[in-house]
Amino acid sequence: MKTTRRSNGSAHASQGAGTLPEVRAGRVVKDKLVTALLWCTMGGIVLLLGGILTFLSARGAGVLSWDFFLEPPREAMTQGGVYPAIVGTFQLILVSMAFAFPMGVATAVYLVEYARDDFFTRTVRLAIRSLAGVPSVVFGLFGLSFFAVFLGFGPCLLSAGLTLGCLALPIMVGAAESALRSVPQDYRDASYAMGATRWQTIYKVVLPAAFPSILTGGILSVGRVAGETAPIIFTGAAFYAPHVARSLFQEVMALPYHILVLATAGTNIEMTRPIQYGTVLVLLIIVLGTTLIGILWRARLRLKNVR
Amino acid sequence: MKDSDTLRGDRIPKRVITVLASTGMAIMLFILYFLLREGLPVLRHASLGELLLGSYWYPTYDPPEFGMFPLVVGSLAVTALASLLAVPVSLGLAAFISEVCPRSLREIFKPILEVLGFFPSVVLGFIGMVVIAPWLQERFSILTGLNLMNASILMGIMIVPVVASLAEDAMAAVPKDLRDAAYALGSTRWETISRVVIPSALPGILQACLLGVMRAVGETMVVLMASGGAALVPRSVLDPVRPLTSTIAAEMGETPVGSDHYFSLFFAGILLLVITLGINVAAMWVERRGMRWRG
Repeated sequence: MKTTRRSNGSAHASQGAGTLPEVRAGRVVKDKLVTALLWCTMGGIVLLLGGILTFLSARGAGVLSWDFFLEPPREAMTQGGVYPAIVGTFQLILVSMAFAFPMGVATAVYLVEYARDDFFTRTVRLAIRSLAGVPSVVFGLFGLSFFAVFLGFGPCLLSAGLTLGCLALPIMVGAAESALRSVPQDYRDASYAMGATRWQTIYKVVLPAAFPSILTGGILSVGRVAGETAPIIFTGAAFYAPHVARSLFQEVMALPYHILVLATAGTNIEMTRPIQYGTVLVLLIIVLGTTLIGILWRARLRLKNVR
Repeated sequence: MKDSDTLRGDRIPKRVITVLASTGMAIMLFILYFLLREGLPVLRHASLGELLLGSYWYPTYDPPEFGMFPLVVGSLAVTALASLLAVPVSLGLAAFISEVCPRSLREIFKPILEVLGFFPSVVLGFIGMVVIAPWLQERFSILTGLNLMNASILMGIMIVPVVASLAEDAMAAVPKDLRDAAYALGSTRWETISRVVIPSALPGILQACLLGVMRAVGETMVVLMASGGAALVPRSVLDPVRPLTSTIAAEMGETPVGSDHYFSLFFAGILLLVITLGINVAAMWVERRGMRWRG
């Protein structure tokens, strides 16, 4: 419809033959201006990202040292390092992925390999999509009322990890689903032709073929989970814990929550500024490092698939 | 004999997978159930009208007041301002990556945008506190730089990658024939973008914006750290606000389980869930309509 109107416009322009060059010139200038504007927008975003990273590295790099990585906070958190928070973050990632990875892959296998277009499948899809839109703080409320209070886990590593796992589930399903869908149908047909059952085909042909991409998806979900704060504030993140949690039922420190605590709730917000910058930098290194590995690996897999 | 064994071996995994696939459904149902269970009891203490339209949020006073109007307005104000800032930029980026950018650079710019999307919100909130707040405070000589403007800028940065990448997908999916036809009629690139690509990608673009707005409504850390936290209806963009999300995050930690305050925070969670699910449903509706429209 729009294209028709466009062609009418051109017809008018060509009727007024004398003005054509000027009209054309005006349109070209406008086009160039917009192009320049779009380049500037992209440039602005690149500068913004670069600026944030440079600023935080410049302020935080001086704080980073082996002691900062390997020591617990001391003197009411005004000194010392972030060792328990680093370990706690990894523990949370581990627990959440132990839940979200298998569940996400199983859901994706169901959706891609087994699902028929029936009520159950549509409901599963709807649930996953709704879950993807649930605010992170609502996951926190759910984790508190279900894992911590209803199931009686209390605020601890397990509650917080599972809450993060619920949040990561839809991301994981999406990643695994697109990985499974990109396995060529030929693989399945060849397997069936040799007399394999559906499960044998899935287990021995489809999953191995899709596994690298599924793993990349997993890595990217780790990047999402590692920086999340809202779901863990009241489900198991500790204000201060001098020791690393030895069981699933202990509270843990986590880098994102540690940043929040130091920056908003500490008694010495100005005094702990250097530690705040250092903690932010450590968190960024973990999150963006994981993400970058995921993105690069994914790019490599795509190149391989194209060849 | 062998045959029936393999077939039975095939049936069990199918059942297991089907059961595991319902986890997401179970979680969603549990979220709804537990929010309602813990949120509705507040209605014993305050009526729905008081909760939604009352303008005083003093949950710890005696007697407590649970008026969530300022919180809802705070949420909507930050979301609206953030979208106002972020949507034009996002659409520009989407048009740039899909239509203008040379192919070789595209493989660099897309990951850059993606990395920005992975930025932990607590880090952005921190930047709001140490960079934007002092700047705003000095520039406008106001008491505190932690306000609606600050939170909206950061929230805008958060949703730009979401909206831009989804809108880019929508624009890239526009058939090349349409562009070729536009160019063949003598259109410039901008005319092709504005009159052919954007109109025919409109459902996808609209969906991208809706999902961005949904993300903004539910975003917590940025508003918790940078919005100032005053439960007042803002009169200017430089007033502090206290959105629903940051209220929950800030107060749930020190609220005894089972108190009226606890129930009221879950009620705030219900409001958030209703808003975000509503936007999600709208996005799905747009998607379905878009499919039909395209044929």
